[in-house]
Amino acid sequence: MSRVFRWCTEHWVMGVALLVLGYLLLPIVVVAALSFNRPSSRLSYDFNEFTLDNWRNPCATSDMCDAVLRSVQIGFLATVAATALGTLVAFALARHRFRGRSGLNVLVFLPMATPELAMGTSLLALFVAGGVPLGFWTIVVAHVMFCLSFVVVTVKARLTGMDRRLEEAAMDLYASEWQTFRRITLPLVSPGIVAAALLAFSLSFDDFIITNFNSGTTVTFPMYVWGAAQRGIPPQVNVVGTAMFLTALLLVFATSVGGRRSRRAAEPGPRP
Amino acid sequence: MARETPAGDLRLANLTKTFGAFTAVDDLSLTVPQGSFFALLGASGCGKTTTLRMIAGLEPPTSGQVLLGDRDITRLRPYKRPVNTVFQSYALFPHLDVFENVAFGLRRRGIRSVDGQVRQVLSLVRLDGFERRRPGQLSGGQQQRVALARALINHPQVLLLDEPLGALDLTLRRQMQIELKRIQTEVGISFVHVTHDQEEAMTMADTVAVMNAGRIEQLGAPADIYEFPATAFVATFLGQSNLIAGVVSGSSGDDLLVTAHGTRFSVPVGRSRTDQGPVLLGVRPEKLRLAGAVAQVPAGNQHLEGTVTDASYLGVSTQYALRTGAGAELSVFVANSGDRQRFAVGEQAVAYWHPRHAFLLGRADGQARTTPELGEPVGVS
Amino acid sequence: MTALTQLPSGTERSSPRARWGRRRLLPYLLVLPGAAWLVLFFAMPVGQLAAASLYDPTGSISTGYAPAWAFGNYPAALRVYWPQFGRSFRYAGMALAVALVMGYPLAYAIARKAGRWKNLLLVCVIAPMFTSFLVRTLAWKTILSDNGALVGLLRDVHLLGPDGRLLATPIAVVLGLTYNFLPFLVLPLYASLERLDPRLLEAASDLYASPLATFRRVTLPLSMPGLVAGTLLFLIPATGDYINAELLGTPNEYMIGNVIDSAFLIRLDYPQGAALSFLLMSAILALVFGYLRRASPEDLL
Repeated sequence: MSRVFRWCTEHWVMGVALLVLGYLLLPIVVVAALSFNRPSSRLSYDFNEFTLDNWRNPCATSDMCDAVLRSVQIGFLATVAATALGTLVAFALARHRFRGRSGLNVLVFLPMATPELAMGTSLLALFVAGGVPLGFWTIVVAHVMFCLSFVVVTVKARLTGMDRRLEEAAMDLYASEWQTFRRITLPLVSPGIVAAALLAFSLSFDDFIITNFNSGTTVTFPMYVWGAAQRGIPPQVNVVGTAMFLTALLLVFATSVGGRRSRRAAEPGPRP
Repeated sequence: MARETPAGDLRLANLTKTFGAFTAVDDLSLTVPQGSFFALLGASGCGKTTTLRMIAGLEPPTSGQVLLGDRDITRLRPYKRPVNTVFQSYALFPHLDVFENVAFGLRRRGIRSVDGQVRQVLSLVRLDGFERRRPGQLSGGQQQRVALARALINHPQVLLLDEPLGALDLTLRRQMQIELKRIQTEVGISFVHVTHDQEEAMTMADTVAVMNAGRIEQLGAPADIYEFPATAFVATFLGQSNLIAGVVSGSSGDDLLVTAHGTRFSVPVGRSRTDQGPVLLGVRPEKLRLAGAVAQVPAGNQHLEGTVTDASYLGVSTQYALRTGAGAELSVFVANSGDRQRFAVGEQAVAYWHPRHAFLLGRADGQARTTPELGEPVGVS
Repeated sequence: MTALTQLPSGTERSSPRARWGRRRLLPYLLVLPGAAWLVLFFAMPVGQLAAASLYDPTGSISTGYAPAWAFGNYPAALRVYWPQFGRSFRYAGMALAVALVMGYPLAYAIARKAGRWKNLLLVCVIAPMFTSFLVRTLAWKTILSDNGALVGLLRDVHLLGPDGRLLATPIAVVLGLTYNFLPFLVLPLYASLERLDPRLLEAASDLYASPLATFRRVTLPLSMPGLVAGTLLFLIPATGDYINAELLGTPNEYMIGNVIDSAFLIRLDYPQGAALSFLLMSAILALVFGYLRRASPEDLL
């Protein structure tokens, strides 16, 4: 077997993997490039001429900035509600045996197994039948619903991965149940809760399908992009896309540095 | 299960493995005669598992050769070698039952009718009737035997065992040691057994190689190594030794004379690894006797006086620590046979031994240690 | 959370028995708001959707719909939109095939070959999700455009005719679906490949399995839970997607989602839209639970 051949047999998987990563990252590069583009016409998607104008005046089309702001508001409200409700459910599922537990597990699982299309249309059918006017609040309600399951799953995973002996040790060292929860459980679970909240926010901020059915005339950022795709996309959309990407990247690095420390703290130690 | 393959010894020639700047195995050469039970003994990190993995083909050597008979198998992929491994913690396939785990190797070599062979090897390891169990449903000892059967069924020329009994409790380990020895005698395949447990190595192996820092310190029959270690490392790793720093000061007939602590001792030339310069005089703790006074020491013996600083009752024996006038600490095992005098902490006592039980090792100049590592039997786990 | 039982001020005076009763009640209190939300805004709407799918189709949004057991809505809707329905599953299936070919080596390389680059590569896999789904999909419009470098290259090497195009073809839609949902396939697959004990691979190799046999007999079966989970997480959104068909295709590439969208929001034909939507949901849930017989739900959650 020649050396070259052997090298290829050992490294082709990595080669394919890097090509696939290229495929995954290419659109981001394009979005970033287009954020510096001065398009030749409203309906053109090709790179024309370099400019910094889009970054200088991101709100040149003011309705886009309104939509971004609305998405942030909705994302914030949905995140707070879904994280609170989901965390409580996660604690119950991870720490308690009670009747209906397996039924609840299915109820939590189902929204993740149902296509968004079906959830969006179902809610629309309900709101219409109930005479509920569509708008800001129906979007929030819908977003809380589909974020909830993801929060439950994320927090529950953190809770079940936690070493129960740490809590037992705290109780052994004279901490009451409340003190144990406050001083041991909560600090150890909080990275999971933070991760769940970030996930919920990004799901809510980026949701199009469910929002599309339940927004009435309210325009979120994805709704704005969808509408603009028919009339011509202002290049500032790519500025928002790039800014989102950079913010998320920053958050990931920040949490991974902080997370590495607390993960080490919460991992079960060697067992006897 | 008779031998199918022509006779072939396993030979390692100048085998070296480096990981970056770290040398795991350093220019190692040895021969494992066909049909022998060979143990590689060493502390963790000494390179014994790396050596085993190079024989199995799981790790390419940096340099050197692995030969089976006259065949160079150094560059052969693991799945093309007539060598099988019993992995540490077994590596049984969790998605396959016992039967399919055992039949795995045969099936990969395109053998269709495996039933008879699988049953035969399962009864060899005394697991008849376990064919349809999953590895997860077996106890540690049973898993160990499945791993053994899975390797043995292929009639390898050499069977490699990587700490195969490490995960078992003491009683089970004893039982499996006897079992492994029985199976090895029955099938007549060469076994290369890697372990850090000196007792395990000594119980089972015909030949033991003690490894340290990537090199073999000593190789030989277990009793020979124990009775006459070649280096200070072997003397303390394999059991305990009292080592007293001294200098060769002359000879008298078949004996070498050693001066240590201002006293002269003699050691037979045949039990000396060197005949000049700085040396370590070694005596195993169980070869030492205790007496209340110098007058009680029988003729022909040599002695050191001291104070008992510790006495631990171990049931079968009592372990004493004795501090000599010159500051050396000696460890003494006295069998609790009922007719020996007992000593209390603080009492004066005399430790004595017969010169033919002592051994003499070379000592590097800077190595001034005298009787190190007491009370910490290295390598006994 | 168990500590919440001690919060009320009367705790000191309450008898152990009352405390114990409250502790038994606690899990229900924890669960109540979340479960109520899911019942109210997930389960009930699904029921309402089922009901709407059986409305009398002669009604309209302005005159109101009469509840009826109009099961005829289903065959009627399917007769017209069968092509789009079939296309949804066909495109999703094709995208899944492409995604498996791309995703398995990627997940394998990250789990087993990446060494200290593992975390960086993982961030790269989820990086596309950092920015807006729609903006990313629109970027493909630029990449695949008729004047773009890619089409030019393919024309030069004669893989495309001189006026062949990628945009507005089924290829573009399938590529877009693959791209958008690939991370959902890769992540669970990565997790199960990562858990795979390397000694099992060594053991297989020691027992005469060639690399291919090792993959078929050990790696693949042991990565099955991740493969099942990843496939489902890919298929669920891909089948119901209509953004890629809308932005990268033409009405010839429309999937069932485009039809449902227009039935509810443009044509305002609720019974028909509800029937199609309910059908899609049932088909996907049947797929999910059929698949889950092979892997426990814990692996998916």
